[in-house]
Amino acid sequence: MIELLANRYAYLLLFVLLGIGIYMIIANENLVKKLIGVNLFQTAIFLFFIAMAYVEGGAAPIVPNEGSEVASPLPQVIVLTAIVVGIAMTAVGLSLIIRIYSEYGTLREDTLREVRADE
Amino acid sequence: MSSVDLLLPLLIVAPILASVLPVALGLRYERAGWPVAAITTTGIFAGAVSLASAVFTEGGPVIHRLGNYPREYGIELVADGFSVPIVVLVTAVAAGVLAYTRLAGPRGNTFYSAYLLLTGGLIGISLTGDVFNLFVFLEISSLATYALVSSGDGPESAVAGLKYLILGTVAASMYLIGVGFLFMATGTLNMIELAAAIPEAEAQPLIRAAFAFVFVGFALKVAQWPLHTWQPDAYQQAPDGATPLIAALVSSASAYAFGRILVTVFGVDYLVSMPYASEIVVAVGCVSVLAGTTLAVVQRDVKRMLAYSSVSQFGLIVAAYGVVIHDATETALVGAAVHLVGHGLLKAGLFLAVGAIAVGYGARTVDEYAGLAKRRPVLAASMAVLLLVLVGVPPGVGFVGKWYIALGAVEAQLWPVAAVIFLSTMLTLAYTARLLEKMYFTPAPELETGHGHGPGAVATDGGDGNGDADADGDDSVDAAADDEPDDGAIETPLAAGVSYDPSGGPGRDGTGGRSSDPVSFGMVATVVLAAVIAVALGFAGGAFADVLEPFLTEVFN
Repeated sequence: MIELLANRYAYLLLFVLLGIGIYMIIANENLVKKLIGVNLFQTAIFLFFIAMAYVEGGAAPIVPNEGSEVASPLPQVIVLTAIVVGIAMTAVGLSLIIRIYSEYGTLREDTLREVRADE
Repeated sequence: MSSVDLLLPLLIVAPILASVLPVALGLRYERAGWPVAAITTTGIFAGAVSLASAVFTEGGPVIHRLGNYPREYGIELVADGFSVPIVVLVTAVAAGVLAYTRLAGPRGNTFYSAYLLLTGGLIGISLTGDVFNLFVFLEISSLATYALVSSGDGPESAVAGLKYLILGTVAASMYLIGVGFLFMATGTLNMIELAAAIPEAEAQPLIRAAFAFVFVGFALKVAQWPLHTWQPDAYQQAPDGATPLIAALVSSASAYAFGRILVTVFGVDYLVSMPYASEIVVAVGCVSVLAGTTLAVVQRDVKRMLAYSSVSQFGLIVAAYGVVIHDATETALVGAAVHLVGHGLLKAGLFLAVGAIAVGYGARTVDEYAGLAKRRPVLAASMAVLLLVLVGVPPGVGFVGKWYIALGAVEAQLWPVAAVIFLSTMLTLAYTARLLEKMYFTPAPELETGHGHGPGAVATDGGDGNGDADADGDDSVDAAADDEPDDGAIETPLAAGVSYDPSGGPGRDGTGGRSSDPVSFGMVATVVLAAVIAVALGFAGGAFADVLEPFLTEVFN
């Protein structure tokens, strides 16, 4: 068990981060904090991909290499793409939050629910 | 025709590149959006049809390797018997919606940009042969969908859009975790390579976890029961021109992608041996069917009712997938494919009809549909046909899909699924019958009460002065209605020159200054066409199964 933790602590940490992210999405009433939770959730996945590609003592995957072990370049490329997607998502989400704020004058979900129920 | 594989990247790239044009040209020309979208959509529709003919005449998949890299490293685009019908559906519905938005839809250039981006992303979902690319295209189409949902009139649409954005992003991220696990266990991302590597992988628990994450991600995207809450809001709040596109295509493409992951990546034989996989998929699907129809029955808003109906119809498709991986039955997969295409077409037609009625008539709730058949006979008739096909009345595509799914369930000895299909058909009849009864057998209400948006209707001054007893014999059951001027030509606010004003402000009075009908010929023609195709496809159900045959033998060998 101890050995497992010592070897896989990165995965453990990243899944704790994942849990924090999803907890923020569910439990936070503030819409901006919800979006931060989504970002945290995504970032944990990105870091998980990076941790997956890590090779003990591996060199950067640049041609030509001197016969040493190299880290896998594919997850890093994937994460670059996923980061771009995540940024686009955050931008759309923030612009929606701005629109909601200008219409309802609140960022809190519980207040928003009351305002909408009154209408 | 050796270069037919070039069509695959072209179909994806053309709409995505063209999506820049409406905004860019919009700086100079105000109405640039529609022509650009029309040219692009017509082009990709023609491309999709020729691709389909190439795939079905040659019988084998058309494969394009981007940059000529071998598929171990590179990205592959694949068109086979399962993905090509979805591509044709996407392009056909996109073209139909475009014809509709010519007069009705949101006309802004940004709408057409989002529309083209959505089309490109959906074609990408259908054609990609790489699990990570699937994630990217899912997110491209989702981003366009968030933008389209939140472009509705009221502030409510922004709330619905944000809800969808948060849940949709979590869903896509769940899928991404699943992809990460698969990559960890096998070291590849290509679907074909994964199919070979998964049964031999050492870390089987990792692959089971991957399946669980992928399933939860797609269950959210497809709006399965406990995870469906974003969907009715999104469908209801989206602008009328955008709902048909979103309702017919976004969930359909996700459901297709889930089926593709099941049959191609994990493989039916592997999933049959995976403990509890089929039980969970079947259970989620069946519960969605029942919950969706039950919730649809109690809805008052027509768009919302149809949205809950989507929850149940996609539950049927997911249950069919569960049947497929329970006992490796081909029949259920044919049913799922038929139902995917058929349901996409039906929902597009229905939401188009709802949009046309809302534009021309201001009716949004079931009660407001009273007497519609007399005012808009063609529109009401096509809507009735579409609703009956949705229930599953035999010569329609809805029946064929349900029939194959039920047959597959019986073959696989999964009797509860067949029972659920029967029960859901009854419940579907309950909510469609309510709408049909309102349209055909309830006399039209008086003008003052008939519209929740009152002032526009009250302004018909021409109606009250005209006390002639009309010729509508079947209205005599309602004595009170006879006092009202019941002549359709005068009573209809449209005919009296009153347009429905979405802002609730006073409509134009009946001075005749405005005579153009807001429901254009193109809008009605699109709905009628959808109804005709929905019935015609029902007759072609057997042919569709034959067309799928090469793909099925590939999957179930």
